[in-house]
Amino acid sequence: MILLTLRALTSYWRRHRGQLLALLAGLTLATALWSAVQAINGQARSDYVRAAQQLGGTEQTFLARADGGAIPMDSFAQLRRAGWRVSPVMEARVVVGNLRLRVTGLDPFTAAPGTLPPAMAQQLASDPASVMTAPGRGFAAPELVAQLPAESLLPPLDPTPGLPPREIVTDISTVAALPDAELVRLSLHPQQPRFQTPLEQIAPDLVLQAGTGRVDATRLTDSFHLNLTAFGLLSFAVGLFIVHAGIGLAFEQRRATVRTLRALGVPLRTVMIALLVELLCLALIAGGAGVLLGYLLAAALLPDVAATLRGLYGAAVGDGLLFRPVWALSGMAMAVLGTGTAAATGLWALARMPLLASARPRAWSRVSERALWMQAAFGLVLLGLGVVAAWALDGLVAGFTLLGGLLLGAALMLPLSLALVLRLGRSQARSVLGAWFWADAQQQLRGLSMALMALMLALATNIGVGTMVSSFRLTFTGWLDQRLAADLYISARSEEQGAAITDWAQASRLRLLPLVSAEQTLSGRPGDIFGVKDDPLYRDSWPLIAAIAEPWDALHDAGAVLINEQLARSAALWPGQEITLAPGWRVPIAGVYSDYGNPKAQAIVALPELESRFSGLPRLRFGLIAPDTESARTQLQDLGLSQGQITDQAGIKAFSLAIFEQTFAVTAALNVLTLAVAGFAIFTSLTTLAALRLPQLAPVWALGKPRAALARLELLRAVLLAGLTYVLALPVGLALAWSLLAVVNVEAFGWRLPMFLFPSQWVWLGLAALLAALLAAALPARRLARRSPADFLRVFANER
Amino acid sequence: MNAKPLWRALRPMICGAALLAVLAAWPASPQAQGFAGLGSAAEGFALPEPRALSFPEDHGAHPAFRIEWWYLTANLSDAEGTDYGVQWTLFRSAIAPERGSSWRSPQLWLGHAAITTPQEHFPMERFARDATGQADVVADPFSAWIDEWQMTAPEGSPGISALTLRAGAERAAYDLTLTADGPLIAHGEAGYSIKSEGGQASHYYSQPFYTVSGTLHLPDRSVDVTGQAWLDREWSSQPLEGDQTGWDWVSLHLSGGHKVMAARVRDGAGSYTFGTWITADGSARALTDTDITLTPQETHTVAERTLPTTWRVELPAEGVDVTIEAVNRDAWMALSVPYWEGPVTVTGSHDGRGYLEMTGY
Repeated sequence: MILLTLRALTSYWRRHRGQLLALLAGLTLATALWSAVQAINGQARSDYVRAAQQLGGTEQTFLARADGGAIPMDSFAQLRRAGWRVSPVMEARVVVGNLRLRVTGLDPFTAAPGTLPPAMAQQLASDPASVMTAPGRGFAAPELVAQLPAESLLPPLDPTPGLPPREIVTDISTVAALPDAELVRLSLHPQQPRFQTPLEQIAPDLVLQAGTGRVDATRLTDSFHLNLTAFGLLSFAVGLFIVHAGIGLAFEQRRATVRTLRALGVPLRTVMIALLVELLCLALIAGGAGVLLGYLLAAALLPDVAATLRGLYGAAVGDGLLFRPVWALSGMAMAVLGTGTAAATGLWALARMPLLASARPRAWSRVSERALWMQAAFGLVLLGLGVVAAWALDGLVAGFTLLGGLLLGAALMLPLSLALVLRLGRSQARSVLGAWFWADAQQQLRGLSMALMALMLALATNIGVGTMVSSFRLTFTGWLDQRLAADLYISARSEEQGAAITDWAQASRLRLLPLVSAEQTLSGRPGDIFGVKDDPLYRDSWPLIAAIAEPWDALHDAGAVLINEQLARSAALWPGQEITLAPGWRVPIAGVYSDYGNPKAQAIVALPELESRFSGLPRLRFGLIAPDTESARTQLQDLGLSQGQITDQAGIKAFSLAIFEQTFAVTAALNVLTLAVAGFAIFTSLTTLAALRLPQLAPVWALGKPRAALARLELLRAVLLAGLTYVLALPVGLALAWSLLAVVNVEAFGWRLPMFLFPSQWVWLGLAALLAALLAAALPARRLARRSPADFLRVFANER
Repeated sequence: MNAKPLWRALRPMICGAALLAVLAAWPASPQAQGFAGLGSAAEGFALPEPRALSFPEDHGAHPAFRIEWWYLTANLSDAEGTDYGVQWTLFRSAIAPERGSSWRSPQLWLGHAAITTPQEHFPMERFARDATGQADVVADPFSAWIDEWQMTAPEGSPGISALTLRAGAERAAYDLTLTADGPLIAHGEAGYSIKSEGGQASHYYSQPFYTVSGTLHLPDRSVDVTGQAWLDREWSSQPLEGDQTGWDWVSLHLSGGHKVMAARVRDGAGSYTFGTWITADGSARALTDTDITLTPQETHTVAERTLPTTWRVELPAEGVDVTIEAVNRDAWMALSVPYWEGPVTVTGSHDGRGYLEMTGY
C-alpha cells in the first residue's frame, strides 16, 4: 500500500516538474555552499595538524619565564628532581648569509611520546648517533635547505616538508654547541608522577603556559575559518528558505490528494511514511549533487584560500583538496536534516488535518498579523541576546554571537517592518487601483516573507562585509604609505656588505635607516624588538594611534618604547604604563602604533639601546631615502648587490596589496553566491505563488485591467518589496560592518579598524537587489501576461 | 676465578639497548638486538685492572669506563605477611670515556624501577643526559639519582651503610629507608672480578645486608613494609661474546643469614652456571658450574613469552637444595628493553626469599 500511496503522492511532481527542479536546485545549492566551506576548513585544519606534528606537537603545555628570559639549567634539573616530567627546548639564533634562522633543540630522552618531528624520530631510529653526536643532524623545510650554503656552522640538514620556513630542528646537544643558545621553555609530559613538589617552591620564576610559545597557526586562522563557517551556515539557511518554500507549497497543494487517499482508507501512518520516504529521496538526490558541487567549488576556491592563509598568517596549506568520506557524509546529513527541518511544519499540518473538512486548499502559508508580531518580538530577543553576549562573553565567540543575533534578529523582524510600511503605503493610496496594489502586496508578503528574509540576510552580509573590506583596504593603503616611507629597501648578504652599504650612504650623503631587530617574548607573546635611528622619517610618518606628548623624544632621549596595537590590546598596555622587554629591562611606553597583518607582538626602541642589550645583532636590512631612486639603485648594484636585494617602496606595496586582495577574494565570491541564492529563493517563491494568486488577480482582470498591466504590477510589486527589504537591510549591514571591525577584528587579529562608508557601493548593491527581484519576477509575470483568459474565467466558474 | 661469568657483563646490553631503543622510536620497539656498535667500541675506555676498591670514591661514577650500574632489589612484606618486591636501578652508559659540559656530554643515564605485589606489577623507566643535573651519582656524601628517583645516604651516615630510596610514576611509588648490618662484599680478587678466560673483567662489589622499612604507594592503597635488600655495584668497559641468548639470575636471602647469588648464561649450545656464596658473617666464596645448579621447573606465559617462574637451586657443598617460586609470575618489565624481574620465595633445605631476573626469552 505504501508503494501505491507513494505513487499517488509523487504523481504531483510529474505534473510540476519546474517546482521539483527548483526544490532540488535549492537544496543542492544550500548543500554545495555548506559543504564547500566545510571542505576548505577541513583541508586547512588537517594541514595545520600535519604542520604541527612536523613541528613536534603544538598542543603541549610548557613552563617558561614570565619575562621571556632564558631558563637556567639548574631550574630544569631541580624540576626533574622534584618529580616534574619536563623536557627542555633550547633555541639559538643563527644568521647565514642574509637569512636569520631559529635553531630549536629537542631532547629525545625526556620528550613526551609523539612530540618529536616524525622525520627526526625516524632518523633516530635508523642511526641515533648521527643525530645525537657531533656534528649532529638538522631538520628543515626543503626550501630552506636549498637556500643555505653547504659550509656553515650548521649541522648537515635533512629536507623535511612541513617545518616552518626559518626553523631548523636538531637534537639539543647540537644547539647547545651554538653561541647564545638558551633554554627557552620546558614542555610538560602529559603524564606526571604521583608526588611532586609544588612549582612555586622549586622555580617561582616559571609560569605554566599553553601552546608552543611560537605563533600558533591554528589559533590565528581560527577567526578566518569561523568567518567561512558563518558564511557557509548563512548560505545553508538561505538555501533552506527555498526548500521550505518548495516543500510547503507541494504539501499545501497535495492536501486534496492526501484527503482523498485517507478517505479511500489509507492509514495516516502510511501516508506519513510515504511522504517521509519521498522527502528522504529528494534530500539524498539533492544532497549527493550538492556534495559533488561543493567539492568542485571548494577545489576552485582552495588555491585562493591557501594563498591567503600563507600570506596573512604564514600557515602552510596545500592547494590540493583531498576527498574525505566523513565530510561527504556530513554534507549529506546536513541535506537530510535541512529537508526535515524545512518539511516539519508541513508534515505536522498534514498529520493534524481534519479528514472531513472540505477539500479546499488554504492560502499557502497564511500568517496572521499576530504571528508577525510574535516573530518580530522573537527577533528582538535574539538581537538583545547578541548584544548582551558581546558584553558578557570574551573572544571570537562574543563577536560571532553578536553577528548571529544581529542577522537573525533583523531577519525575523523584517516581515513585520515590511507589513507596517505597506500599511502606511495603503493609507496614502489615492486611487482604488493603488489601494488594491498595496493591499495585494501586503497579502503577497505572507508568501514571500521567507524569501525576503533570505534576501535581507544576503544584502546585509554584502553591505557589512563590503564595508569592512573597503574600510580595511583604505586604512591598509594609508598605513602602508606611512609605514613604507623609505624609498628603497635593501637587504645585505653579509655584515661586510651591510658595512659597505653604510659607508656608501654616508659618502653619498643619503639617509640610511638600519632595520635591526631581535626576537623576544613580549608579555608572554612571541614578538620582535626593533631598534630605530632618530630620523624625521619616523617622526613624520609613523602611524601612532595613541601616544604621550613627544613620544619620539621619550624614545631616543629617555629610553622609552613604542609598541604595536596587537601587543597593546592583548596585554592591555597603553602609553604611560611600563613594559618588561627582557629580564631587567623595564621601560615606559611612549606610544602605540598600528601594525596590520602582523601576527606577532612588536616593540620599537632606540637603536643604540637595542644594540647595547643584544650583542651581535647584524645590520643587514636598511631603508634608504634617496631623491633619485634609479641612480641609487645603480650605485648599489655597483657595490655588488643583486636586483633581488633592492626592493622599491612601490614593489613592497604592490606585494602587500596583492596579499590583501587575495585575502578577500573568497569573501567576495561567497558574497555573490549568497546573493544569487537569495535571488533564486525569491524566484521560487514567486513561481509557486503565481498559481495560487490567480483567484486574487481574476477579479481585477474582470474589472478591466489588462493582463499585461497586471503583469507589470506584479513586477513593480516584486521590485517594491525587494527595494524595501534593501532599505531595511542597509542599517543592519552597517551594524554588521561595525561589529566586524570593532569587535570581531579586535578579537581575531588584535587590531581595530576605523569604519568608512561607501555609499556608491550601496547604490550598486541596491541596483543589484532590484535587478535580482526583477529577474526573479520576470518569468512568473510573463506567464501571467500570457495566461489564457479562460483561466481567469475559470476562477469564477470554480468559485467555492 | 676460572668461570665464564658473562651474565653480569651482559647487563651493559640492557643498558645500551634500552638507550638505543629510546633513541630509536616512540613507543620503543623491542627489536634492539642489532645494537652492538656501542658495545664493541671500547677504544679509549679504561680497562679494569687488579686493584683494591677505594671508598668512598668507588661508590661514585667511573666515567672512564663504558658501563656502570647501581642495582638494588628488595624483598619486603607487610604486617599481614604479604610479599612485595622493589627494584631500583641506575645505569650509566658512555659513548666516549669523558664527561662533557651540559647537554654535550657523551654519557647517558637510564633508570629502571618496579614494585611487585602478588597480584600487580608496576615497571617504570626514566632516561637522562649526563652533566645536566638531571641524573648523576656523587660518591661522598653518597647520592645517586635520576629525576625524583633517588638513592641517597642520610646526612651523617658513612658511605652507603644507610640509604633512603625513592622512585615512582603516575600510578605507584615507594619511599624506603635501608640500613646495612653487614660488610660490603668484594667479588673476585678484592673486587677485581675476572669474567672470562679471555681476560674480560669488571670491578664488582655488593652490599647484600640491608634491612629495609618504608611505604609502598599503590594506586588504591599505601602499605607499610619491612624486609631485606641487596645492592650490586659494577663497572666495566669490555664487549661481550656474541652468542649468548640470555641469562637467568637469582639473589637469595636464606634462613640462617646466608646469601647466595647464582646465574645461568644460556647460549646456542646450552648453559653455564656460576655464583657467589656469602655467609652470615660476610665472607664470600666464588661458585662455578660444578658447584651450583639452576634447573627450570614450571613455565608461565606472560607478554606472549614462555619462561620458567619456578626453579630448583642446588649447592650441595653448602647443603642447599631449594625451590624458588615467583611471588607474582607476571612480573614482566615491559620497558624499552623488556625482561622479567621479580621477587621469589624460597622453600626446601632453607627457607627465605630473593630476586629472580630472566632475559632473552
